[in-house]
Amino acid sequence: MTDLSANSAPQTAPGRHIPDRLQGPGARLLASWELLLLLVAVAIFIANSLASPYFLNAWNLSDATFNFTEKAMIAFAMALLIIAGEIDLSVASIIALASTAMGAAAVAGFGMPALVLIGLVTGVLCGAFNGVLVTRLGLPSIVVTIGTMSLFRGISFIVLGDGAYRGYPADFSYFGQGYVVWVISFEFVLFALLAVAYHVLLHRSNFGRAVFAIGNNATAAQFSGIRVERVKFILFLLTGLMSGVAAICLTSRLGSTRPSIAAGMELEVVTMVVLGGVSILGGSGSIPGVVIAAFVMGLVTFGLGLLNVPGIVMSIFIGLMLIGVIALPRLWQMWRG
Amino acid sequence: MKLTRRLFGGAAMATALMAAGAAQAEDPMRIALVVKALGIGFFEAAAKGAEEAAQELGNVEVIYTGPTDTTAEGQIEVINALIAQQVDAIAISANDTDALVPALKKAMQRGITVISWDSGVAPEGRELHLNPSSNPLIGNMIIKLAADELPEGGKVAVLSATTTSTNQNTWIDEMNKVMDNYKGIEVVGTVYGDDLADKSYREATGLMQTYPDLDAIIAPTSVGIVAAARAVEDAGKVGQVNVTGLGLPSEMAGAIESGASKSFAIWNPIDLGYSATMLAYQLATDQAEAAPGAEIPMGRMGTLTLDENTEGAMADPFVYDASNIEDFKSIF
Repeated sequence: MTDLSANSAPQTAPGRHIPDRLQGPGARLLASWELLLLLVAVAIFIANSLASPYFLNAWNLSDATFNFTEKAMIAFAMALLIIAGEIDLSVASIIALASTAMGAAAVAGFGMPALVLIGLVTGVLCGAFNGVLVTRLGLPSIVVTIGTMSLFRGISFIVLGDGAYRGYPADFSYFGQGYVVWVISFEFVLFALLAVAYHVLLHRSNFGRAVFAIGNNATAAQFSGIRVERVKFILFLLTGLMSGVAAICLTSRLGSTRPSIAAGMELEVVTMVVLGGVSILGGSGSIPGVVIAAFVMGLVTFGLGLLNVPGIVMSIFIGLMLIGVIALPRLWQMWRG
Repeated sequence: MKLTRRLFGGAAMATALMAAGAAQAEDPMRIALVVKALGIGFFEAAAKGAEEAAQELGNVEVIYTGPTDTTAEGQIEVINALIAQQVDAIAISANDTDALVPALKKAMQRGITVISWDSGVAPEGRELHLNPSSNPLIGNMIIKLAADELPEGGKVAVLSATTTSTNQNTWIDEMNKVMDNYKGIEVVGTVYGDDLADKSYREATGLMQTYPDLDAIIAPTSVGIVAAARAVEDAGKVGQVNVTGLGLPSEMAGAIESGASKSFAIWNPIDLGYSATMLAYQLATDQAEAAPGAEIPMGRMGTLTLDENTEGAMADPFVYDASNIEDFKSIF
């Protein structure tokens, strides 16, 4: 625990290594987890290129990135939340509510900057609501967010019913349909920038170390001076904010809002996080892992889509991958022990 | 893949017979039939119709696909994969009128023919929309089904959904417009079962008590028609009161068997898939253009006439009776 209380000590202190991974027999495997996942991604890429003549095409690959960019943006924040031992299952419903708020504002005549602001603020407010219930009232996050999952989307349903909001301003379509240069979409650039930002936040900052400390032992973290509740509250705010960002991108891409928008996306986000090597029990994981997992999921769904494999087979494939990922470290431990 | 190859093989043979092998060496035209979700009987039947059309056209490969859940996002992923494969045409039953427009616009920009069928896409996202039927055709069909069983004329009553149901009210209006063509048929009353099974049952029973010499009940709602048939069975009036209207074969099989309903109507998904494929082929081969007023042939289903919104109605609702209910009750 001296390591943790030394959080504010300069990181360049000679010979001092501050661990940010779970220790134990599986540590070595987890350390090389990103490498293993990267090999899987490369294998899938090669398999796709061989299986379909349409795969290796810049525009097609660019289209394929839309399969995962929005989900990955939320997955970064979700990874931190899960590492800290909490979860947010309401993210897809936050998208629905943020999108509905933006739609209502667009109908009322607000311009693009206002819509973006409304989307982000709605996301943050939803995150704050979750955060207050979890940190102030001490309720389990899984229960709270299952509740708010119905609540947030329920509000969208009350507002919209079976109707839809259309008529977003033309410049709003850039977020989900615009390209920065050539085939590089705005969403992909945003995804890359956020990946770097979250990498720095989790692996290069005191805040990130606090997140790991809380996930490994919240009580110990509390006693070593980390303001556990405040860190958790900020993580809920971040998850809400990222849901707002994803809502802007998705709404812009669809050009309309219905209350069923992003239905079921929360499970795909959690899948991405866990596939990326983040322990569902908290305490370990990495952003590079989540980034690679995003590519793996995007490549698998797009590659199978090119072969016109029915969606249910894709779901089975991703389910098996997920079980494999969770089982592998355990099997490794058993084999070693 | 094997299955499509085999189908394609069959299609190629048909081509050889029809076109004397002229088009044999060319790549097949690929038409994607995109549905709301896979694993729904109605759409599986539509896929059957699409393959029938492919066989007839020759050198056409049908890609039957769709997401696992009925979401717009899922359909967009499917559309992106189809754009990447450079398919020739996409015929889609949409999960969302608006959300698919950007993705389908992109498909059209890349030279893919896009049409919607069954559940439509906003006009800017497709070239034409194929409705299974039209309000006048439905209005005429429901009274025709009742009148056909009453050559001497008779009294009929309508069991509708709610007083504010747009669809049902439109169909009943259309029915009233054509009543002059059915001499001797008198509509004695209209009641509302609110699309609730028990209320519809009570209203149907009430109709038979109020009009003891009632000959038929027309229920243009899938809930009402089943409830009315059960009310007739329970009242012991099978053979006296004929229940007809719009219903689903799977739910109405019992009523046809008992005789409470002689016949009823609803769209035929096989014809719908067949027509959608035919239309997609016509547009993709530039043999027809989707413009208001255009008449586009669709094989054995006749021609589709487009209105000012480039929408068209396929045909009369398809009639189901004892002769074909067995084939359709397992489909939808």
